[in-house]
Amino acid sequence: MMIPACRLVDLPRGEAYRLDIDPPVSVFHTDDGEVFAIDDTCTHQDASLADGWLEGCEVECPLHASKFDLRTGAVDAPPAKRPVRTHEVHVEDGMIYVRLSLDAPNLPPCVAARLAGGPA
Amino acid sequence: MRTVAVVGASLAGLSAARSLRKQGYDGRLVVIGDELHRPYDRPPLSKEFLAGSLAEADLALEPDAEDLRAQWLLGVRAVGLDGPRRAVRLADGSEVRADGVVIATGAAARTLPGTDGLAGVHTLRTLDDARALRDELSLGGRLVVIGGGFIGAEVASTAYALGLDVTVVEAAPTPLAGPLGETMGKVVSALHADHGVRLLCGVGVKGLSGESRVEAVLLEDGRSVPADIVVVGVGARPCVAWLAGSGIELDDGVKCGADGRTSLAGVVAVGDCASWYDPRAGLHRRVEHWTGARERPDAAVTALLAGGAVEPSAPRPPYFWSDQYGVKIQFAGHAAGADSVTIEEGARDDRNVLAVYRRSGHPVAVLGMNQPRLFMRWRKQLAAAA
Ligand SMILES: Cc1cc2nc3c(=O)[nH]c(=O)nc-3n(C[C@H](O)[C@H](O)[C@H](O)COP(=O)(O)OP(=O)(O)OC[C@H]3O[C@@H](n4cnc5c(N)ncnc54)[C@H](O)[C@@H]3O)c2cc1C
Ligand code: FES
Repeated sequence: MMIPACRLVDLPRGEAYRLDIDPPVSVFHTDDGEVFAIDDTCTHQDASLADGWLEGCEVECPLHASKFDLRTGAVDAPPAKRPVRTHEVHVEDGMIYVRLSLDAPNLPPCVAARLAGGPA
Repeated sequence: MRTVAVVGASLAGLSAARSLRKQGYDGRLVVIGDELHRPYDRPPLSKEFLAGSLAEADLALEPDAEDLRAQWLLGVRAVGLDGPRRAVRLADGSEVRADGVVIATGAAARTLPGTDGLAGVHTLRTLDDARALRDELSLGGRLVVIGGGFIGAEVASTAYALGLDVTVVEAAPTPLAGPLGETMGKVVSALHADHGVRLLCGVGVKGLSGESRVEAVLLEDGRSVPADIVVVGVGARPCVAWLAGSGIELDDGVKCGADGRTSLAGVVAVGDCASWYDPRAGLHRRVEHWTGARERPDAAVTALLAGGAVEPSAPRPPYFWSDQYGVKIQFAGHAAGADSVTIEEGARDDRNVLAVYRRSGHPVAVLGMNQPRLFMRWRKQLAAAA
């Protein structure tokens, strides 16, 4: 599925845009001008990676500082152990589109339980 | 270096083992830990694990595929270190000789004298502690938490959510005044009252009553607080007794330089047991937080492998988090020594503040309550300025 996110001019370098779908997805515009999309929820706990710290192609989680590679989703060190899902990005006529991955998301246990309808 | 022994198989020990491999150490690696468990994460023990929303398997610190090519000696305690030979003596009578030693034995919960063997009384440090406490909390009843520090407050918050009747007893006039200062200690500890958890401050505990099982907590002012379960959260002491006679200098923990080097060549110490020199403050301090135990082993391993030939970089300002009553609390820096605290964002009554501590106008610490984005930016700024 292709989803329009926001206009490229509305997303300055070094910033992130959070797409409020379920689960949410974040689009990052790096200082080098590249655009990436990954799942917004950290795989460790319920934190929004759009609130994190963007440096190069990595975003640092705002809660416990695990870093995720925007290109691959890979995580560097605990407390998070699993990668985040990455999504394909297209820019057309100045609009950023995200093609959602078909893989299952790696949501943290508390969020996964909530989505499954279990206790939060 | 042909053999490195890491003593303590928790966050700091595992991080050191990882750093060794990442920094190219290819020799024999022995990790010694007195718990039977593989390295697991402690912060959830007072939060999601205690609440029952996180399973034991989720506590593992190692991803499934990780292989550090280490020899794991688990369930065996180190009882001594022969300094000159750098031999770690184990409780089973064997020893591990090594060229390099990483001390990562952490800390153990302090207890109250005279409470041994009384059922219903708990401390919380290990997975086994947390299992036992979780089982008791599931029965409900009246919980009294002795100590209003972070662990005590988290247990109170978790137990409140489980439906228990909770009282917190704190000897100091304001809980958390040590780490957070008076002003913000008040704001954060007000979370208890917001949720109807009783907070008794400025009164010490004289003892506990009960024959085989605890019945009440007796306060120094003569009051008696009935209790079905008691959690003693009065801090932790570093596990360094096993180093007596090794020649390693100890003060409150293992005395280290700014890169974790101890007074003995080829031996470094990391995590909750280590008292690192802080060049900015000009003193040694023991930092008992997750992030320090995770990050500092990188520097200590560099120093160990280089044999002291590299200049240590100053450690980053300490950072810790806590989760209480659904509020994400984050703190970085040192509150002691600040001469002002201002709330830069949010409202203290809504418990969503971002507060900055300054000394002579310069930021020295920052506190966030439900302000992850802003907090992150301030924390980076603090680290860059340091
Ligand atoms: C319940 C709880 C909640 C916490 N929550 C937070 C939080 O929210 N945020 C935060 O920043 N920090 C938190 N912390 C602190 C954080 O968990 C610690 O800072 C961290 O675990 C320190 O890691 P460490 O490896 O240095 O020590 P430890 O985790 O204490 O590990 C030391 C290990 O060494 C073993 N050992 C001790 N002596 C010997 C010996 N002689 N021989 C062999 N093995 C030995 C111990 O059994 C233990 O397994 C929490 C701690 C607890 C207990
Ligand atoms: S929530 Fe992201 S590292 Fe913990």
